[in-house]
Amino acid sequence: MKCIIVDDEATARIIVEQLCSKIPNLEVVDSFSNAMDAMKFLNQQQVDVVFLDIHMPGFTGIDFVQTLKNPPKIVLTTSDTNFAIEAYEYEVIVDYLVKPITQERFEKAIVKVKKSLEKPISPSTTEVGISQNLGDELYINIDRRLIKIKFNEILFIEAKGDYIEVKTDKKVHRVHNTLKNIKDKLPESIFLQIHRSFVINFTKIIDIEDNSVLIEKSVIPISRSNRPELMRRLNLL
Amino acid sequence: MEQTPNLNYIKELSGGDTEFEKKFINVLKEEIPLEKEAFINYTTHLKYKDTADLVHKIKHKLSILGLTEDYKLAVNFEEALNRNDDALKDTFLTILHKIDTYCKTL
Repeated sequence: MKCIIVDDEATARIIVEQLCSKIPNLEVVDSFSNAMDAMKFLNQQQVDVVFLDIHMPGFTGIDFVQTLKNPPKIVLTTSDTNFAIEAYEYEVIVDYLVKPITQERFEKAIVKVKKSLEKPISPSTTEVGISQNLGDELYINIDRRLIKIKFNEILFIEAKGDYIEVKTDKKVHRVHNTLKNIKDKLPESIFLQIHRSFVINFTKIIDIEDNSVLIEKSVIPISRSNRPELMRRLNLL
Repeated sequence: MEQTPNLNYIKELSGGDTEFEKKFINVLKEEIPLEKEAFINYTTHLKYKDTADLVHKIKHKLSILGLTEDYKLAVNFEEALNRNDDALKDTFLTILHKIDTYCKTL
């Protein structure tokens, strides 16, 4: 089995090399300090698995996974546990190792890689993660990570100074951007600005009072100027 | 009680492979003074994003060196820096001094 290591941190690369050296039949073909060089390499040569750091300046591990056309199996290595959910949205990512990595945990990852190599990925599943962003979702950039959010998971977006907060069913994403920018990216069929600080997914409205709407547990103000458009969009009896 | 750096993780990983240990220590000794210098430079010039990236990088070294409490502080500091809050910079610099001093003994 051939692998490469991609990590901007030299000590991390040395450690993964050492972990690999204890695995029979696992050859480290090369190590890279940035994702771009690794991509160039993978355009020339094939490997079975990439040990990939997520948090790298410029081009992150997730960018790397999304960009590769025929990606090998990926084992993510990171200091952050909060990438895990996002990571498993890509079928090529077979495991997620939190640093510092122990030999025992590394060996478990290798078992997973071997198992996943036995069953090839169906092309349809691989393509979903990339192509869906053209349809019903958008990616937001948080700390150089691109996080996928499906439109129908968004409850509302609130402007807060230089930031916007995208509130979904699961969590709140704080992004350095403007309400106008995100509004332009969202489908008008379900999103509407009802206040200078709020764009809402109006399919998520629970009820409407005079000057506010209730979405989940949040009461969101409706500005006088935006109210007629909201009322026009609703399927009023 | 203040934690002191150690090479327990590296020793465990090496399984007696002194070449690996040497290689790791050499890189550590090279990088820490440069990272400390970069940290001072970034914080002096209020480069929050660069500082956050650097702290992210250094925090892995803290965990490698068994500094679990300092690692937790680094996690909080990195998050704070992403909000342009550098209140923990002096505390973090003390940690960097501690590692730097330790590296010189290796």
